[in-house]
Amino acid sequence: MPLLSYQKALHRALNDELARDGAVCVFGEDVGVGVNNVTSGLLAKFGADRVVDMPLSEQAFTSFATGAAIAGRRPVIEFQIPSLLFLVFEQIVNQAHKLSLMTGGQTGVPVTYFLPGSGSRAGWAGQHSDHPYSLFAHVGVKTVVPATPSDAYGLFVTAIRDDDPVVLFGPSGALGVREDVDFAALGPVPLGVGRVHRAGTDVTVVAVGHLVQTALAVAQRLADQVSIEVFDPRTVYPFDWAGLAASLERTGRLVVIDDSNRSCGIGGEIVATAAEEMRLVAPPKRVTRPDGAVLPFALELDRAVQPSEEQLTTAVLEVVKDA
Amino acid sequence: MTVRERYRTMRLIRRFEERAIELVRGGEIVGGIHPYIGQEAIAAGVCAALRADDVITSTHRGHGHVLAKGADPARMLAELAGRENGLNKGRGGSMHAADFTLGIYGANGIVGAGGPIATGAAWAHRQAGSDRVAVSFFGDGAVNQGVLLETLNLAALWRLPVLFVCENNGYATTLTVAAAVAGSITGRATAFGIPASTVDGMDAEAVHEAASAAIGATREGAGPAFLECTTYRFDAHHTWEHKARVNYRSTDEVSTGRSRDPLDVQGARLSEVERAGIDTEVETVMDEAVAFALGGPRPDPAGALDHLYHDGLRGRSGTGEPHLTPARTVT
Repeated sequence: MPLLSYQKALHRALNDELARDGAVCVFGEDVGVGVNNVTSGLLAKFGADRVVDMPLSEQAFTSFATGAAIAGRRPVIEFQIPSLLFLVFEQIVNQAHKLSLMTGGQTGVPVTYFLPGSGSRAGWAGQHSDHPYSLFAHVGVKTVVPATPSDAYGLFVTAIRDDDPVVLFGPSGALGVREDVDFAALGPVPLGVGRVHRAGTDVTVVAVGHLVQTALAVAQRLADQVSIEVFDPRTVYPFDWAGLAASLERTGRLVVIDDSNRSCGIGGEIVATAAEEMRLVAPPKRVTRPDGAVLPFALELDRAVQPSEEQLTTAVLEVVKDA
Repeated sequence: MTVRERYRTMRLIRRFEERAIELVRGGEIVGGIHPYIGQEAIAAGVCAALRADDVITSTHRGHGHVLAKGADPARMLAELAGRENGLNKGRGGSMHAADFTLGIYGANGIVGAGGPIATGAAWAHRQAGSDRVAVSFFGDGAVNQGVLLETLNLAALWRLPVLFVCENNGYATTLTVAAAVAGSITGRATAFGIPASTVDGMDAEAVHEAASAAIGATREGAGPAFLECTTYRFDAHHTWEHKARVNYRSTDEVSTGRSRDPLDVQGARLSEVERAGIDTEVETVMDEAVAFALGGPRPDPAGALDHLYHDGLRGRSGTGEPHLTPARTVT
């Protein structure tokens, strides 16, 4: 079967939705040229009415998309830099997200915001390296963080077809992932449905985004000592709580690896919910960025504040030590 | 629309606001309102120049725009009273009143936030081959918001069918225009190549004439236009001022400001009999609106997060249950 890269999967999803539905349009900076390779060729194929290069005015064009969505379009906005989400938090959270409730359901706001390169890209320093998916989960915006090319394709398609705002994070650490896929079998992946990448019986490792690969590597390396189940929520909001509960019924032990800052990150929510409501036979653990982390520039420092294989290995061994 | 109809719109807005203030004082409207009293000529003059399928975005001081665009005053008042029979089923209140069937894309609680929404809608309508026009109402405070200036750039760049209407009532809450605005208000528009003019916002006919010309031109493809309407807010920034007694306008200034009432300016164009007839009819409409609003059902607290997601998604409750998200883990 052919190899599909994560980046090409995003491109393919966007291309397919543009072709399928005339209401879909793309807004963003440098999307005509396609500096992130996701939108490459789309301008030539679909024209300047569908693929719109935006001046550097993120706040205006984010709410511009809200207006276009109310008026019948399905805009997809590319943000080159994850930290731009801080700039448009008002437009996404306070405007687009709240309109359905505030109007008593008079309108949906079908806008997809996607980031082909979230989290650390190594060497891009403090203002280009954030991974704020937990913020969007906190405020209740539908938030997806695909880990694999086929999930990137399927979740992007679903996000574009959704009648509510959806933020899709494509972690930098996942962009290089390739997968053998049958192109004919690619299709939508529902929001709020997790995926077990590797079955196990001793401990559930919940891994978000690119950290799924980290979890799989650790599971492989420790295979002789510990049977690890790797659970990928795929969507951080809405979260597949039932899927997690089912996994914990099998394992009873939990480690979460999450590229959020520790305080109020989704990892905290996962551990809290498991502790309140699910089967746990040992105290759970989290591997996250430190509290309030700002990514420093130097590579050693950048890596020092990101969750690592070593940290995950230590956490897993700690959680199973009394097994 | 005629002179007479514009007077009726203004009278309706005025009496709506006065009745709403009574309901705020009586506790039937919680949270208070931002009264539009004194500025009625602008909403009436601009909206009279619009077609039914044109769209508007409004502001925190939005009752006038929403009513002038055709919203039912009874359902509007029910919204303010937080009732299920309100425009937004009691989910939005004064600052978010909307009726999408009438092109009213909502009042807005954030100053300047409606500008890009109106402009994006204008883009979408033009792309769809329609000649619908969008109007974004905002106050003098909004002209210092970056997002609005960014929006002027986009609208001008793509020559979109948008009319930006700035209601300059002299104050952003309590801060005067002199203390807040460098340069001029219209200068912000002309800097982007958008034709801008200033009109007497206390005269509905002057507003209507200017808005008609601007809307006609933008509908024909001339690109966006900008209209500054000078006006005076007769009442408080917000009804909390009635109790808080914030001191930022002198009694003299307020009485001078109120001395030229836009309803009298417009009313003088009618015979006394005509005017009295409209006033009586509006009283009946408002009596019925108050009865409709106060008789409306209060929402069931169990539905507090109804409509949060357009597809009906439900999150967890504040005590952790129920889990209503899908449960179909793929292996």
